[in-house]
Amino acid sequence: MKEIIVDLPLDEDVISSLKAGDRVLLNGTIYTARDAAHKKMVEEMEKGRPLPIDIKNQTIYYAGPCPAKPGDIIGSIGPTTAGRMDSYAPRLIEKGLKGMIGKGERDDAVIDAMRKHKAVYFGAVGGAGALLKESVVSAEVVAYEELGTEAIRRLKVEGFPAVVIIDSSGENLYKTQAKKYKRTLED
Amino acid sequence: MKEIHIDKIRETVYDALLQINCELSNDVSEALLEGMKKEESEVGKSIFEDIVKNNNLAKEKQIPICQDTGMVVAFVNLGQDVHVVGGNISWAINQALKDAYKDGYFRKSVVSDPIERKNSMDNVPAVIHYDIVDGDEIEILLTAKGFGSENMSRLKMLKPSEGEKGVVDFVTETVSLAGPNACPPLFIGIGIGGTMEKAALLSKQALLRNANELNTDPYYADLEKKLLDRLNKLGIGPMGLGGRTTVLGVNIMTYPTHIAGLPVAVNICCHVNRHIKVKV
Repeated sequence: MKEIIVDLPLDEDVISSLKAGDRVLLNGTIYTARDAAHKKMVEEMEKGRPLPIDIKNQTIYYAGPCPAKPGDIIGSIGPTTAGRMDSYAPRLIEKGLKGMIGKGERDDAVIDAMRKHKAVYFGAVGGAGALLKESVVSAEVVAYEELGTEAIRRLKVEGFPAVVIIDSSGENLYKTQAKKYKRTLED
Repeated sequence: MKEIHIDKIRETVYDALLQINCELSNDVSEALLEGMKKEESEVGKSIFEDIVKNNNLAKEKQIPICQDTGMVVAFVNLGQDVHVVGGNISWAINQALKDAYKDGYFRKSVVSDPIERKNSMDNVPAVIHYDIVDGDEIEILLTAKGFGSENMSRLKMLKPSEGEKGVVDFVTETVSLAGPNACPPLFIGIGIGGTMEKAALLSKQALLRNANELNTDPYYADLEKKLLDRLNKLGIGPMGLGGRTTVLGVNIMTYPTHIAGLPVAVNICCHVNRHIKVKV
């Protein structure tokens, strides 16, 4: 299967061309944020305050890395379960977030927001943190440093491997693929 | 009475934690290679290749296999003819944990309070269970349990009339609900019997057993094989992207229970099943 090179931030044409099942290599800027950072960002929005990063057209990677060993850019960094961010994600998508990278199912509210505002959900291989670390070329904490691993980091990635799980039309790879291999369970 | 100094316990636990976060045990590595051979899906095969590549890289560079270096769980089997000297054994284990997670550049994933949720920044404390056993040794079983899969684990108090079918259905439903979230291919630890908390403990202990080691009771060994076969018909596959290998291993542990009950706990572990047994 051939991989599609995708430059970040995502532009509209690229978003509409990406289809569930496409294998991609991501190049450019992504931001890490997980449970605690999402909670804080949504609290800022509710108070009418600006977000610590401009998320318009950006991609968030649901991940909390290990600390970097001396001489390394970052420690192991694989995806975390995206579903825990479902209660926050639609708010960010409305604000212009275009890409999310994680693993696992998303709920209907997220998929509706993705369809309406044209966003993409990518899956990376869970548990492959040592391998995914290899594609990170720079990393810096840009907000919420006090959260430790859960701080928001700006990463530059080159050739970050992922799969389009849910595309901007709402097509969901998890729903279509498992059916192909499902067998009848006898009682 | 044989004396064991806590420094010895501390050193042993420290070394074990550094090791399990960067290198999988043989049983888990072998289960992955077996699974890769059986997988028919092209995407599934390529995910297996990535997983194996990742694990080799982690071992070679001594970096964590997965960024979720988990919450540490220890089962301590304390020989009753041992006298522990030099301090408190739980303190020694937690100190080893703190040092290993700092020196290994592992992620600190523990919050000090479940509601307030402030990171303890040192991955302390471990969850420690003690058992008093015969002999003059201390045996410690350790895991660094990731929470993507821990979150998909479930427990149910079945009615005795539900029997084996009730257990099989509950396990199947649990793995089905876990889907892609728990990072398949998975290892499944099942605890049957006892009381509510005993079933949960057994399910965790089952995950700490060698993945390829069948239950010593032929009935349960057969049930493990049947469940493995059944769960792999779900089609979830590696990373939930479809395939034949949803589960790499099923281990069952049991305990006598009450006439009114049939507790069942299903503890799910991702493919990064980090476990080790050490003797002090």
